Amino acid sequence: MSKTLMKGNEALAEAAIRAGCKCYFGYPITPQNEIGAYMSERIRKNGGVFLQAESEIGAINMVYGCSATGTRCMTSSSSPGVSLKAEGISYLAGADLPCVIVNVQRGGPGLGTIQPSQADYWQTTRAMGHGDLRLPVLAPYSVQEMVDMTAEAFKIAEEFRTPVMLLADGLLGQMMEPVSFNEIGGENKDDGQSSPNWAASGHKNKREKNIITSLFLDPIELETAINERFERFEELRAKYTRSESTNTDDADIIVTAYGSTARVIQSAMEMAREEGIKVGTFRPITLSPFPEKALKEATKSAKKVLVVEMSMGQMVDDVKSALEYKLPVEFFGRQGGFVPGPQEILEVIRRMK
Amino acid sequence: MPKFTRPNSLTDNHNHYCPGCTHGIIHRLIAEIMDEMDIQGETIGVCPVGCAVLAYDYFKCDMIQASHGRAPAVATGVKRAKPENLVFTYQGDGDLAAIGTAEIVHAAARGENITTIFVNNAIYGMTGGQMAPTTMPGQKTQTSPSGRDTALEGFPIRVCEMLATLDGVALAERVSVHDAKHVNATKKAIRKAFEIQKNKKGFSIIEILSTCPTNWGLTPNKAVDWLKSDLIPYYPLGVYQERSVR
Repeated sequence: MSKTLMKGNEALAEAAIRAGCKCYFGYPITPQNEIGAYMSERIRKNGGVFLQAESEIGAINMVYGCSATGTRCMTSSSSPGVSLKAEGISYLAGADLPCVIVNVQRGGPGLGTIQPSQADYWQTTRAMGHGDLRLPVLAPYSVQEMVDMTAEAFKIAEEFRTPVMLLADGLLGQMMEPVSFNEIGGENKDDGQSSPNWAASGHKNKREKNIITSLFLDPIELETAINERFERFEELRAKYTRSESTNTDDADIIVTAYGSTARVIQSAMEMAREEGIKVGTFRPITLSPFPEKALKEATKSAKKVLVVEMSMGQMVDDVKSALEYKLPVEFFGRQGGFVPGPQEILEVIRRMK
Repeated sequence: MPKFTRPNSLTDNHNHYCPGCTHGIIHRLIAEIMDEMDIQGETIGVCPVGCAVLAYDYFKCDMIQASHGRAPAVATGVKRAKPENLVFTYQGDGDLAAIGTAEIVHAAARGENITTIFVNNAIYGMTGGQMAPTTMPGQKTQTSPSGRDTALEGFPIRVCEMLATLDGVALAERVSVHDAKHVNATKKAIRKAFEIQKNKKGFSIIEILSTCPTNWGLTPNKAVDWLKSDLIPYYPLGVYQERSVR
C-alpha cells in the first residue's frame, strides 16, 4: 500500500476531492489555509469548483446554495471563522442540507492565537447555531484520520441529510505524516451531482417544484420537522457513534482525550504503565454523538478518570454526565496554544494514584 | 384583445402582500417572462428574509429561501454548481443594501452570472416599517419617528449607481412599477437581464422602485404619488451600466 507524506490540511483536501467533493467555498484564516490553497488548484483540475468567498458568511451561504442543488460540497475555517458561519450552519441544519464543515481549531476567545487549541468543543457539540439542533462531529487524531474521516463525513452528511463537522486543530492541520488514500480512492464514482429528489436543481417540467427552506410558520410543521430531525440523529447515534479504548480492562485510572491530545495521553499511559500504575485510555472519535456507553464500558474497573484537553475543560462535562457523576473526574488542560506534554500528564496521574 | 390570465409560472396561492403593495406586480412580471422564455423548468429562484420570504409559495420554479442578506452568496453556490440553470435572487432594500451589502457587492464584482431583482420601497416592510438604508431624508419610520435625520442617520444608498462602478456588472438598471407604462418598461428590463444571464455576460441587477402603503402610512394611490414625487427624483430611473461584451 503506497503512502504519501502530506500535511494534514492538504491530505484532508485531497481526501475530499477523492470522496467526490465537487465544490469548495472558503475564506482565508490560519491555520487552515493549505486546504483552500490545495483546492484552488486540485479541485479545479478535477473539474470541480473552488471559490474564495468575500467572508466566512459568504462561504457558508455558498455551501447552502450549492448543497441545495444536490451537489457535494464543503467549507473549512478556523475558530473565529466558524463563529461567523454559525448562522449559515443553523440554516443548513434547518433545511436538512448535507455538507462537510471543517474546523481546524485555534485558540480563543476573540482573535486568540493561531496556535492549536481545543476550545471550540462546547460551540461545536452544543451550539453550532441558534435553534434546536444536533450535528454530528468527528474528531480525527492523525493525518490518516483527517483523510478517512473526511470521506466518512460526506457519507454521513448525505445518508442523514445533515451538515457534518470535522473538528481538527492547528497541530493536525500543520503536521506531516505518511497517508494512504487507498481506502477512499475511487469509492465515490459519481460526479458529486447526485440530484436527489429533494434538490432545487430545476424541475425541467418533469416534477413538482422543490422548495429548500428552514421557515415553518405553522407550529405543527416546525415541531414535526424538528422531531423528525432528532429521530434521525438517534439513528445516526446508533449507527455511527465511535470511540477507541486502550488497556482499559485492568485500569485503575482512565485518561481520556480527543484529537491530537489523544496522542499525548497514549505516551503518558505508557510511561505510567512502566511505573506500575494501571492506566488505560479512552478516545472519543465522534464527539457528537458522544460515546457514552463505550466510556461506561471502558471505565468498568476504573476508580478515577482524568480528562485532558487543550482548553479550560469542555469535554469534561460530557465525561461526567456519561459516567452519571459516579466516578471522580479530574481535569488537566493547557491553553494559549500549548500542547500538554506526556510528562506533565504523568505527574497528574501520579498524584491521582 | 388578449385575455388577462394568471401566468403559468405563478401558483394560484393567495399572496400575503398588503393592498397597494407592488410585489404582486413584480412577481407577475417575472412569471410572465419565465413563461415567454420557457425557462420555468431550468430556473432556480432565491428568496430573501423580508416581505418576499414566502415568494417560494408563489413561483412554480424550484425555490431556495436564504438567510437575511445572503441571497447573492446562496445564488453563487447554486450557479457555480449548476451553470446551465437560470438563477435569480429576489431581495428588498434592507436585505440587499444593509445586512447583505458585502454579498451583493462581491457577487457583482465577481461578475457572478446571476440576476438580482432588487425591490426598493425605502423601508423595512416585514418587521413593521423601520428605517432602511434607502429611506429618504426626512422620511418618518418606526425607528426615525421624526423623520430620517441625515446628520444622525446618514444618507440613502443608491445601489445601481454604486454597483455600476464594478467591472463585473453587465447590467444595472433602475425601473418603477407605479403605472402601466413603467410596468411594461420593468418587464423589458427583467427580460433583458435574464437574456444577459443566458448569454453568460455576467451580473445583472434590476432595481425596482416599489410602494409600501402600509408602512408609509399612505393610501395605495397616495403611495404611488409619493413614489413619483419623492422617490424617483432621489433614485432616477435609467440604465446605469450595460456591457454587451465582457
